Amino acid sequence: MEPAKDSLLLSRIQFVANVSFHILFPTITIALGLVLLFFKLRFNATGEQKWMVAYLFWVKIFALSFAMGVVSGITISFQFGTNWPGFIETVGNVAGPLLAYEIMTAFFLEAVFLGIMLFGASCVKSWVHTTATFLVAFGTTMSTFWIIVLNSWMHTPQGYELIDGVVFATDWWAIIFNPSMPYRFVHMLLASGLTVAFLIAGISALRLLWGDQAENVKSTLRVGIVLAAGLIPLQILAGDFHDLNTLEHQPAKIAAMEGNWETGPNIPLVLFAIPDEEARENKFEIAIPNGASLILKHKPSGVIPSLNDFIAEDGTKMHPRVAPVFFSFRIMVGTGMAMLALSWFGLFLLRRYGAGQMPRLPLYAFAAMSFSGWIATLAGWYTTEIGRQPWLVHGVLSTKDAVSDVPAGMVLGTLIGYLVVYAALIFAYMAVIPYLARKATHGEELSPRGYPRSGEAEVTLMQPGE
Amino acid sequence: METFGDPAIWLPWTFAALMGLSILIYVVLDGFDLGVGLLMPLANDAEKDRLVASIGPFWDANETWLVLAIGLLLVAFPPAHGIILTSLYLPVFLMLIGLILRGVSFEFRAKAPRSQKAGWNFAFFSGSLLASMSQGFMSGMYVMGLTWTFNHVVFALLTAVFLTVGYSFIGAAWLIAKTDGALQKRAIGWAKGGIWGLILGIGAISLATPFVSTRIFDKWFSFPEILYLAPFPVLSGILMVYLFWKIGRLQKDQNRLIWDPFAAETALFTLAFAGMAYSFYPYVVPEQITIYDAASAPESLFIILIGTLFVLPTILGYTVLSYYIFCGKATELRYD
Ligand code: HDD
Ligand code: HEM
Ligand code: HEM
Repeated sequence: MEPAKDSLLLSRIQFVANVSFHILFPTITIALGLVLLFFKLRFNATGEQKWMVAYLFWVKIFALSFAMGVVSGITISFQFGTNWPGFIETVGNVAGPLLAYEIMTAFFLEAVFLGIMLFGASCVKSWVHTTATFLVAFGTTMSTFWIIVLNSWMHTPQGYELIDGVVFATDWWAIIFNPSMPYRFVHMLLASGLTVAFLIAGISALRLLWGDQAENVKSTLRVGIVLAAGLIPLQILAGDFHDLNTLEHQPAKIAAMEGNWETGPNIPLVLFAIPDEEARENKFEIAIPNGASLILKHKPSGVIPSLNDFIAEDGTKMHPRVAPVFFSFRIMVGTGMAMLALSWFGLFLLRRYGAGQMPRLPLYAFAAMSFSGWIATLAGWYTTEIGRQPWLVHGVLSTKDAVSDVPAGMVLGTLIGYLVVYAALIFAYMAVIPYLARKATHGEELSPRGYPRSGEAEVTLMQPGE
Repeated sequence: METFGDPAIWLPWTFAALMGLSILIYVVLDGFDLGVGLLMPLANDAEKDRLVASIGPFWDANETWLVLAIGLLLVAFPPAHGIILTSLYLPVFLMLIGLILRGVSFEFRAKAPRSQKAGWNFAFFSGSLLASMSQGFMSGMYVMGLTWTFNHVVFALLTAVFLTVGYSFIGAAWLIAKTDGALQKRAIGWAKGGIWGLILGIGAISLATPFVSTRIFDKWFSFPEILYLAPFPVLSGILMVYLFWKIGRLQKDQNRLIWDPFAAETALFTLAFAGMAYSFYPYVVPEQITIYDAASAPESLFIILIGTLFVLPTILGYTVLSYYIFCGKATELRYD
């Protein structure tokens, strides 16, 4: 049964909308959980109030992001059934167990200990609260692991056999440790770390600009900048390894990312161009000679596969659409470069002036980059996912074969519904964070005094070194 | 081959049981926090904060049972997963929007500027309402065999209303146990107002089920099955009478055995659920696909089962731990 083309397109847009909305919040919670643990441990170790104050401020943002992540994640788990029944019917034997393990080992852990982490400080001992914080952070990392395993398997499937068009698992080890998984997992964790580093640095910079010279603000600015400066080189390195891995397994995607039409040696690194799929060439190209060959093959004479290799005999294109892949890759790398420049410059300024005396201009730059991690992460996912098309599971299942036969009008109606809700929520979320920062700047509440609900727990919580 | 030896028989059975269990746990647990959301408009401003506080540490974990249930459906019965969710496309969408709204307004109402609080309270209530109604609607449609005819939709709309009122009863029963003073007194009043939804809801589904299909009718009303099955309606009847009596008692003495309404209502749901499971077995899509036809490959199910045997007790363990930690009365909820 060939579903209407509109229904396919709309389903794709709907899935992109849902998953893009979802990924914004896990990206924050994964690393923010660890940062909160760090604040808590610093407080335990030093007894300095500022760490607890920082914890109390950022735990609110954590709670908010977590709620957004949970509700949007639930939406995705229903989408497989409502919009992509073919996905589960074909690869359910692999995807099912991976999703089940994610639910059982990660979601429950996070969800239950989140309650204790957020509200339990007054009812439980300090070490229980610290442990709960750790378990929540551990849970988010576990869920990243499982979902990335599944997603990577969709890009580089192995350890299965096809019987009557249905995938059966033969080797779970091979499925879990599929070739692109380690790269994707590391790259995603680092992406989360960077997103959080820039968010913390950005919001702290904003508060400094508002004249808030509180100790905790200076400390969080320092944490944010140091974290960013430390992670970004690793991320670039991880990205490079990821590139080589993709070259091996999905050459068509790399050709689209590089905007490379002709196979051969001495391929330039295209910095900017407008790829033209009709003429099969780049317009307005600005490029570094031999650059791509150097990066991908580590020698100028390295031969690189091109888009023209992926044209079938009858002329059908077997490569993804070039422009979206090409541009989103550049947006990600561009953001990464901006992150590199700003964080290292920030590090230099920190040494020179200290957090309290930072000049205003770089503070503005950090504030402007608060959500830059989101941009790079989305751009990265778009590169990866659009680059996989027309496949849903590379070489096994094409996207059009997985879509449900729900009428296009229904898909469109619900799509509009989701978009309206998501737009409103993103707006509310991005407005409430500066609002909380402003409130904290004006010294309303947020003193650790108010944290525990009962007097005696207050004493336990404030006991340093526990 | 003996039943226990053939994995193509006992694996689907086990997974159907696990899925049923997690739906039941979901209905009881998320039932109380959706119910509390439904009661929001009845509370005054100070009480609203306490209502939210009474469910704050729990709602996320409660909702995870829904994710598990749908995950098990996906994992164990892939074709059924596709059929059920595509035929319930619209109510699923509405439920998701409801769950999104109520999940986030929880956080926003406490963090956004004070002037927006009333708005987020309303979003919290309407999200809970939308989610409860769609769940009731889906149960009704499921019982009717997932076919969209006029009569079936009317029936499903009725079950939507009943389940929603029923959830508000669960919410009130929860509040009776988790609050004290004037609020507790009002919760008893709310419970009294909501009990009919519970009874009509369970009644409607139980009565309608046998008449939708002769197969189910025969399963209940033939001899000697009817004898073994008699305890179901009898026990349910006793529980309903007890609930009525108990709520009346509580109005006079609000401190005795305050967990009883919640416990009795849980027992009632469990009975009703077991009855439904009996009716529909062995079908996972009513009258269309059995659990045996829909099951995934035994190797895949086996891999999950091994994990489940370790993980499920752990999950239950720390869920109990968290209910124990927050077992006191709910006061105001604070992060700071
Ligand atoms: C890089 C990480 C990552 C990625 C790619 C995804 N998720 Fe996610 N997800 C998380 C990381 C995460 C998380 C950090 O672990 C969350 C955020 C809040 C939470 O509870 O866990 C989460 C929550 C979350 C929840 C709610 C869990 C709960 O009730 O507690 C569901 C159902 C999903 N996700 C499902 C999905 C699906 C089906 C995805 C595939 C498209 C997906 N997520 C992509
Ligand atoms: C969370 C981060 C993710 C983002 C931002 C993302 C983004 C995208 C994008 C942009 C597409 C569209 C490709 C196109 O239409 O050309 C897509 C497709 C798809 N992705 Fe992902 N993806 C993410 C993770 C995942 C994961 C973890 C899975 C699997 C479990 C997955 C499964 C799919 C499926 C089923 C499609 C097919 C629908 C389609 O082609 O539009 N995605 N995704
Ligand atoms: C500046 C240097 C960077 C390079 C060279 C790089 C390289 C890559 C490559 C090659 C991919 C894989 C596409 C594929 O599937 O083949 C990728 C994906 C991705 N990138 Fe980057 N990246 C860089 C910076 C960043 C930054 C700064 C972030 C976020 C803060 C980021 C987030 C992501 C994400 C989320 C994905 C998709 C998930 C994945 O496949 O791991 N990247 N990147």
